[in-house]
Amino acid sequence: MSTGQKSKPRLIVNSENKPYWEGAARGQLLIKKCNDCGKVHYYPRSICPHCFADNTAFVEASGDGVIYSYSVTRQAKPPYVIAYVTIDEGVSMLTNIVDCDVEKVHIGQRVKVSFVEAEEGYALPVFTPA
Amino acid sequence: MSIKGKAYIAGIYEHPSRKALDKTLPQLHAEIAKGVLEDAGLTKDDVDGYFCAGDAPGLGPINMIEYLGLNNVRHMDSTETGGSSYIVHVNHAAQAIAAGHCSVALITLAGRPVADAKEGKSARFYSPDAPDLPFEMPYRFNVVNMYAMCAMRHMHEYGTTSEQLAWIKVAASHHAQHNEHAKLRDVVTVEDVVNSPMIADPLHRMDCCVVTDGGGGLLVVSPEVAKSLKRPLVKVLGAGEAPKHLAGGDVDLTYSGACWSGPKAFEEAGVKPTDIKYASIYDSFTITVLETLEDLGFCEKGKGGAFVSDGNLISGVGKLPFNTDGGGLCNNHPGNRGGMTKVIEAARQIRGEAHPKVQVPNCDIALAHGTGGLLGARMGSATLILGSEAA
Ligand SMILES: [Zn+2]
Repeated sequence: MSTGQKSKPRLIVNSENKPYWEGAARGQLLIKKCNDCGKVHYYPRSICPHCFADNTAFVEASGDGVIYSYSVTRQAKPPYVIAYVTIDEGVSMLTNIVDCDVEKVHIGQRVKVSFVEAEEGYALPVFTPA
Repeated sequence: MSIKGKAYIAGIYEHPSRKALDKTLPQLHAEIAKGVLEDAGLTKDDVDGYFCAGDAPGLGPINMIEYLGLNNVRHMDSTETGGSSYIVHVNHAAQAIAAGHCSVALITLAGRPVADAKEGKSARFYSPDAPDLPFEMPYRFNVVNMYAMCAMRHMHEYGTTSEQLAWIKVAASHHAQHNEHAKLRDVVTVEDVVNSPMIADPLHRMDCCVVTDGGGGLLVVSPEVAKSLKRPLVKVLGAGEAPKHLAGGDVDLTYSGACWSGPKAFEEAGVKPTDIKYASIYDSFTITVLETLEDLGFCEKGKGGAFVSDGNLISGVGKLPFNTDGGGLCNNHPGNRGGMTKVIEAARQIRGEAHPKVQVPNCDIALAHGTGGLLGARMGSATLILGSEAA
């Protein structure tokens, strides 16, 4: 699995987001859930952006979703697909659609999570056609 | 407290440079400050308020006030909302003037992305501490593909076409032909736009704004100061500002923060979209204009494609003349920040000082709108409504 980039992506890892990248390295897509209001959010924060409780926890998402919107960056060699995917838990996340025919990617397409090796042993969640 | 009638735009200046290899960033700010004060007929000692945004070097006002030699400043503001900052600044300056904190507020913007690139300086980018960046940077987002996803979704939901988006560029090009400073002065057709190279589906090269050096400045003053000067009066009628963001993952790319900044500005000004004779609409990309026009209420949501078609935005042809200087799509997008030039051209229209070929007759009420940041992620939207003294 590759994002089409020549080198492994370098991630910005910090104390707040580190469990997310560690989860990805284990092959898990993690999102944050608030134990007070019960809502999920993305990207993950320590304090819930819905109710402001400091009672959030990482939970594993199914990894299944649908393309909300996308674009093919034509000037890149090879062209790559950037997209917002709405996962079945209800949140949308910016991502890449990989291992696909870029001419056939479309809004509403079912996709599933996959992981690309990143620097320092972490991994980056991406999506492929389901 | 309303700002309606509490402040006037007494000075405007657009730097003529589009490629400033021989000028430093502070120098551009200073030339702009000089230009705007000369336009108003005031001196630097009259300035008691200073506004700048993230384009200014160092700590913004602290460094620039010293460099410019401003000795009477008693109000400072460095609000940063990207390219819309300068429209927000007009709102804040009017509020400060209404509250008695200052009476002559200078706002400057300058940038030299073309010269910087030529000198091998990397583009100014925001801090890796931005909480969103770890989750976006690895996916190789850029300005074009983030706006492109908005266009793609708008097309999906409302049937908007590339040809309809192209009309926005066509209208801008009709205006730019009359602007001797415009970066691109050739009139283009819908076919030219849709046949230009695809940058990020569905946005073509001609759906994208220019990259230029230069900048601009504004002088916002109290009614007493404005009425003591010789320039035509440009009154601040109302303003609104609003953030819009990804809401914890509840993403909707079909609208902008103009949904909130617009109604606030219209309410304060006591006018409706149908009262607007001229509109400066932030045009980083054609899709930015389309969504903004819908959000401001110039047409129903989803009907923007039909609204902009067939020359409806061309001065003297359509119902809503827009960006009569050629806008960011053709004229100028100094420092990748287009809000300043939006206010400048709106003020020219109210003064009756736009190019005669694009001047809107009896232009008594005009609107300027800015979109800072990314339409496809998080943005700062700002709307300003200006009027003649009679408005
Ligand atoms: Zn909560």
